[in-house]
Amino acid sequence: MSAGVAKHRELGLTDAEFALICEKLGREPNDVELAMFSLLWSEHCAYKHSRKLLRRLPTEGERVLMGPGENAGAVDVGGGFAVAFKVESHNHPSAVEPFEGAATGVGGILRDVFAIGARPIAILDSLRFGELDSARSRHLLDGAVRGIGHYGNSIGVPTVGGEVYFEEPYEHNCLVNAMCIGLARTSEMVRAAAAGVGNAVVLMGASTGRDGIGGASVLASAELGEGDEAKRPTVQIGDPFEESKLLECCLELLGKGLLVSLQDLGAAGLTSSAGEMASAGGVGIDLDVARVPLREADMEPFEIMVSESQERMLAVVEPDRVEEVRAICEKWQTGSAEIGVVTGSGQIRVLKDDAVVGEMPVEALVDGCPLYDLAPAAPEGWIYGNRAMLDVGASPEDELLALLAAPSIASKRWVFEQYDAIVGSRTVRRPESADAAVLQLPEAENAIAVSIDGNGRRVACDPYAGTVEAVLECAQNLACVGAEPLGLTNCLNFGNPEKPTTAWQLDRAVSGLADACEALAVPVVGGNVSLYNEGPDGPIYPTPVVAMVGELPDPRQVAGIGFGAEGDAIALLGPFAPALAGSELAKQRGELAMGLPQPDVAAVAAACAKVREAVRAGLVSSAHDVSDGGLACAVAESAIAAGRGCRVDLQPLRDRGCSPEEALFGEGGGGFLLSGDLATLESLGAVPLGEVGGTTIELAAGDRSLVVGLATAAGAWRSLAELLA
Amino acid sequence: MLQFPGSCDERDALHACSLAGGEARLVWHEERDLSGIDAVVVPGGFSYGDYLRAGAIARFSPAMEAVAEHAAAGKPVLGICNGFQVLCEAGLLPGALLRNEGMRFVCRQLELVESPLGTSSPPERGECAERLSIPAKHGEGRYWAPEETLDALERSGQVAYRYAPGQNPNGSARDIAGVRNEAGNVVGLMPHPEHAVDPLTGSTDGLRVFQRLAGVLA
Repeated sequence: MSAGVAKHRELGLTDAEFALICEKLGREPNDVELAMFSLLWSEHCAYKHSRKLLRRLPTEGERVLMGPGENAGAVDVGGGFAVAFKVESHNHPSAVEPFEGAATGVGGILRDVFAIGARPIAILDSLRFGELDSARSRHLLDGAVRGIGHYGNSIGVPTVGGEVYFEEPYEHNCLVNAMCIGLARTSEMVRAAAAGVGNAVVLMGASTGRDGIGGASVLASAELGEGDEAKRPTVQIGDPFEESKLLECCLELLGKGLLVSLQDLGAAGLTSSAGEMASAGGVGIDLDVARVPLREADMEPFEIMVSESQERMLAVVEPDRVEEVRAICEKWQTGSAEIGVVTGSGQIRVLKDDAVVGEMPVEALVDGCPLYDLAPAAPEGWIYGNRAMLDVGASPEDELLALLAAPSIASKRWVFEQYDAIVGSRTVRRPESADAAVLQLPEAENAIAVSIDGNGRRVACDPYAGTVEAVLECAQNLACVGAEPLGLTNCLNFGNPEKPTTAWQLDRAVSGLADACEALAVPVVGGNVSLYNEGPDGPIYPTPVVAMVGELPDPRQVAGIGFGAEGDAIALLGPFAPALAGSELAKQRGELAMGLPQPDVAAVAAACAKVREAVRAGLVSSAHDVSDGGLACAVAESAIAAGRGCRVDLQPLRDRGCSPEEALFGEGGGGFLLSGDLATLESLGAVPLGEVGGTTIELAAGDRSLVVGLATAAGAWRSLAELLA
Repeated sequence: MLQFPGSCDERDALHACSLAGGEARLVWHEERDLSGIDAVVVPGGFSYGDYLRAGAIARFSPAMEAVAEHAAAGKPVLGICNGFQVLCEAGLLPGALLRNEGMRFVCRQLELVESPLGTSSPPERGECAERLSIPAKHGEGRYWAPEETLDALERSGQVAYRYAPGQNPNGSARDIAGVRNEAGNVVGLMPHPEHAVDPLTGSTDGLRVFQRLAGVLA
């Protein structure tokens, strides 16, 4: 007994959880069963600290075809087509081994999307690292970017957008969230539920090895600390070529109607995919580990059941179609093996030839993990550090240039040029040319736009308001390209939820997410939770990464960031009330503290609708949402993108009570920077600020007025490549 | 249009062929019969995962044997990116493609200077020729050949495309972006003309590459 106790603790189960398992089984689990329980009852698989909170999120909507619980969410885009999408984290593997960690993160999210029968058409990613003056951060950035590029480029799916922030609290625990978008014929979509007693269970794709045993599930369910080097063998190794064959193979199988259901093998490998398929279908599954193709002959049954070897899928197939299925696998040179059968027993049985080596009720294994209530407590004050990087007496010109050169704001060209952004011939707006990625869908005769956002620093200042802002920023980005939101997915990256402060952040952030989605009438169609993101110095910034997909009728009517023609008017639209709290300037000055102004969601939603209609009608020359670095940075970005200077007077913001500094660099949701015909902009209700022209960026803001040469501003904004050279 | 396991751009190139007025179909890498096919495109991607070296495995495929015969008969062959690498590996085109100088994958819209067949490339690197705006995206696109081969290629008009001055993204020798064989019927280039056929997604300058292949342009 004492040895058993030590073992379950080693595997991350509490004594109470172990006792519950014994109770549900009516006996102590054997080693195979214990290994399987420990993974499915881990935070990563069971969402035991977050599931209760997630019930607050609105998931219903007219266009929703698949919601939470499936491999990916899906919305109807018309014409008989569906867009599937999902974001998932691969944070801890990437912090240990960035190249493979990020690459397999992309591989995993692609499988989630083609598991429902959708062809992946785009990847986006959301990355967080420590400050770039740290060698570790540069190493993690370099590895993660190369890993994402390696996998996405090789498999022929374009990486069309994303975001990167650099903040001290991510120094030890970087974040790598990957998003995939897929397109499916609605009639060909497939769910993950196993069905049909007597049907065969077929494992397809790569063989099973010892790589990644307990990788995602173990790494993602505990804090990072000393000795992470020793965890390297738990990081999985990706092979995009294997996945490319598997993808084409699965889509051909689904297109021919040969599969009853399909599920990818991700965290906890066969254990979770078989368990989840059985649970969703209300059936049992018998699996024979002796029939699993192995890389190493001497693997133990428990190793086979928990291996996280990549590029594998599990399918349920009618017995008389198995030969056809295997023939198509052979054509694509991808492995296939009939390893089990669907039963009516309600049990997951693990066999090795004729011997039963494990037998557990599906209900206990998949849905039996206790769900915990959080014990939230607001912190007394700012719990993260403050490091001044900007001199107190800096001139407004220096401040603007410092902000433009700040790695979180500067051009990410160094990053996105390493990604194939164009394969597939759908990419209407390449990275940094518009606020959202735009992909044409000739099959459905329209287009979609995608945005991914989440400023952890602002969420740290106020988890509720910061998360609302992240949702609003996505909605604003979509509006700038004329898109109307269809659905939202998210990845909640937080620290250890057993700590009261993190629990409070999580609780408030989920409420913000729920309220913002409710107010915008955008359903949450899926999500992912990544907890225990902590290093020796404490938790990361609470980072809900929000991704929104929208629809637009005509991809030819899409506004870009860059100002229009010389002489065009520049105007501000929306309920923009900038404040320095939580801003990039406050960070640079080392003045971060708790608190953000509360956004007016209804007013922002109304402004989004106005901008969306104006863009669709071709009424504006450019549209850019005001975000990091405030209006001054938004103006500079639009000017740099156009290669044109501008003269802007911020008096209208001063009239709203803003100080010159707040008008220039204050942040907050709700602001749209537009250019175009003056009368047209005025008729939209936008407030004129100035006009396009010249070779300088002139911003009039009382005693903080500034003039910066366009080339100087562009040089600062493009300085990331030099920093990383 | 050849299709290997690991090809990425074959569907885009198929679409480009049809826009250019051609009639195109996919040829699976195990097919040997190219009868009835006027022109072959070897598309971009990562054939067979590009293990070992880009294009090094694909050259041994059954379809590539047929392509070699097709080329020997003087019929047109176009290799794009990975297809260019495959044609070089197969010895159908001179030279080799090495890792980019920056050792990183690069995806970038850039300008090419085209030297149509029959015009020997001007030694001053085509300052007067027309420029095509076409994207490149590759990690192994640095064109390399021995100096005397490069001299010979330039003399005999075998340099089909060059990167416009200052736009060489990968350190290719003499800014070479694409070459043709001595007979002129086999052409390979690193940039992707199939991703330059629609004003909505970029430019339309790539169309002429396919029109030339389809015989629409001389």
